[in-house]
Amino acid sequence: MNRRPARSTAAARAHSRPPRPRPRRATVSDEMHIPIAGSQDIVTARQYGRALALELGFSNSNLTLIATIISELTRNILNYAHHGTIVLGVLERDGRRGIAVEARDRGPGIPDVARALEIGYSTSGSLGLGLPGVRRLMDEFEIVSRAGHGTTVRARKWAS
Amino acid sequence: MAVPILKQGPYLIASVQSALTDTDLLELRTALVALVGRYRSRGVIVDVTALDVMDSFASRTLRDMAHMIRLRGAETVIVGIQPEVAFTMVQLGLTLAGVATALDLEEGLAFLGHGSRKPGPDAAAPGA
Repeated sequence: MNRRPARSTAAARAHSRPPRPRPRRATVSDEMHIPIAGSQDIVTARQYGRALALELGFSNSNLTLIATIISELTRNILNYAHHGTIVLGVLERDGRRGIAVEARDRGPGIPDVARALEIGYSTSGSLGLGLPGVRRLMDEFEIVSRAGHGTTVRARKWAS
Repeated sequence: MAVPILKQGPYLIASVQSALTDTDLLELRTALVALVGRYRSRGVIVDVTALDVMDSFASRTLRDMAHMIRLRGAETVIVGIQPEVAFTMVQLGLTLAGVATALDLEEGLAFLGHGSRKPGPDAAAPGA
């Protein structure tokens, strides 16, 4: 059983804020909000994501990877919450740049985040590869979820 | 955006566009499973050269489609998976197990023409 530290579980994370800003914290700018309500929005979100990643200098393989991850996160919103928002942003820290992808919804929430991150686990009958794959392929990954209040998945990848 | 399907002799060729939605993909599946009967096709080629993303839904739908078409008595070959798409699929653990793939349209036609059955390792044995 893969126990995750308590701080990454839903409720605790939603309320706790770090006491002071962590050193060398990445800034997120130029946020773009893409409303998600239907299957066409998956294509829209991944196309915007690819265009932004291209501007940031990601390699071709990473452009496809980022677009695919946005596709997975967007479909999660549709499957579980029916509508929500994809927020794309530019990351900056120590002269490095990257892409921040955030999937927000006000759906039912994920009752067991640790379980949702197990390969093969899914409650919607899909492959269940979405979240574990996203976590493995992105540089930073975080889920904030509260039952009945919704879910936010944050994933970041640095271009260099 | 509907996926154009071309009848070429005993084969059907579907050319997927980059902005493929889930709905388009499900419609393509339904159309091809029906059309192999209407045209008594022996094989189906799905050309994904233009497809920018093959995520879990697309992989599963294409795999299901190939299996459904096989149940109808025809073979399916997926052609044109781009290097970046192959890279991402492997990284994400997505597979097209049991589905024939070929480099491009030409290789796909050659594959179907030889009547060879070379399904992937997870495919059921013929007649099983």
